[in-house]
Amino acid sequence: MYDTPISERKVDQQEVKFSAKGVQVYYADTHAIKDVDVEIQDKTVTAFIGPSGCGKSTFLRCLNRMNDTIDICRVEGDIHLDGQDIYDKRVDPVQLRAKVGMVFQKPNPIPKSIYDNIAYGPRIHGLANGKAELDEIVEKSLRRGAIWDEVKDRLHEPGTGLSGGQQQRLCIARAVATEPEVLLMDEPCSALDPIATAQVEELIDELRESYSVVIVTHSMQQAARVSQKTAFFHLGNLVEYGETSQIFTNPQDERTESYITGRIG
Amino acid sequence: MHDEHISSAFDRDLEAVQALIMKMGGLVEEAIKNAALSLETRDEELAAQVRAGDKTIDALEEQIDQETALIIALRAPTAIDLRLILSVMKVASNLERIGDHAKNMAKRTSVLTQMATVNGAASSLRRMALETERMLRDVLDAYIQRDADLAAEVIQRDLDVDQMYNTLFREFLTFMMEDPRNITPCMHLHFIAKNTERMGDHVTNIAEQVIYLVTGQMPDEGRTKGDKTSLEPAAAPPDVEA
Repeated sequence: MYDTPISERKVDQQEVKFSAKGVQVYYADTHAIKDVDVEIQDKTVTAFIGPSGCGKSTFLRCLNRMNDTIDICRVEGDIHLDGQDIYDKRVDPVQLRAKVGMVFQKPNPIPKSIYDNIAYGPRIHGLANGKAELDEIVEKSLRRGAIWDEVKDRLHEPGTGLSGGQQQRLCIARAVATEPEVLLMDEPCSALDPIATAQVEELIDELRESYSVVIVTHSMQQAARVSQKTAFFHLGNLVEYGETSQIFTNPQDERTESYITGRIG
Repeated sequence: MHDEHISSAFDRDLEAVQALIMKMGGLVEEAIKNAALSLETRDEELAAQVRAGDKTIDALEEQIDQETALIIALRAPTAIDLRLILSVMKVASNLERIGDHAKNMAKRTSVLTQMATVNGAASSLRRMALETERMLRDVLDAYIQRDADLAAEVIQRDLDVDQMYNTLFREFLTFMMEDPRNITPCMHLHFIAKNTERMGDHVTNIAEQVIYLVTGQMPDEGRTKGDKTSLEPAAAPPDVEA
């Protein structure tokens, strides 16, 4: 896979994970997302880019019903995960969020040990039978988060004592501990230095083999580096959605071109 | 789309590197014209001037290479900006090659002034060189005006230059068969014709870059690579026919 030219490294996964149709989001009277249709593929990194306030984070939060926690927020339209409507009354948002994990802009370890940070999710979802199995899940998740070697000797020290980059990888490890199918990342690297950013990006590329990853980023270069598909949002509209290589060399919409080349959009 | 970047320094960098291309293009046009003129008028001094001028062209290419490397490193250009930088690099290297061919033409001019003239060849070559020079001028206009149609037209005109080359090739062959004393000058003249034909190919490459810059797609290989004149075995001269 690594010796193929970039131009041939297209998205080979055609399986659709998320399918959104006619999604509208309102915050009280503000129309934040306007009629967005998008299909997000499995085992693919999809980047959402766009200026501040364009709706990319709002749309991301629709995908695991995080907007439910905001009283004035209203979501219309259809969002299907593996063909199932996630806004159906029978869907338990807690179960949904175990399937669709999320990583935030600022690393937010819970003020407990590194071990407990990872074990918390599997415990409440009853994923482990006994201590040995839980230990195994913790190790596997920390390895997937590419942080095991750095923390294996201090699993019972507080997670908040780690560096910013390590905390963020801990949060990613926590998100994968519940065996999700999709990972949503809302600017996961904006509080990290370039080295930690590179480590997280490398991790994202590895996670792509098992998950569908959706990342919101303000860094166009990051979107170009990590994603295979890119969606450009502007003023609540999904302006253009396509292969990342195409968006960054030959975008079809003038607004996309103005934005990614740093012109006034 | 807006023409200007939020960072005006980026706009200035892009304009500066394109200004270098235009300067280089102007010098190369001049070199073609003067090389052909020196051949027709047997002006050794002018030929020497063309040879000396190639250094400036080479230095400009190097400067453009450095500027583009800096822009890539510092600005990480994307989309239209990326295509612009890529085309600047390719246009510069094609211009440099055209400059080399003009220089080579001028070198042979100096040799040819020592020999007898070959009937009408110098003026035919000059016509061919002038057409190439006009194509170059038009393609540089197309580049600055982002005119893909004009660039496509230039690509078509290269067929005429190829045709002129094939005609000259046959003519030289005839001259050489008629009188072996013609062989040395005709060989030089043939190389000049070949150089000019290659210049046309480089102009075509530049035209393709203009189309890529404007549309984001390389043009289809629409024209047929037809003539095999120079690949066919020469017909036997009339007087040796069995």
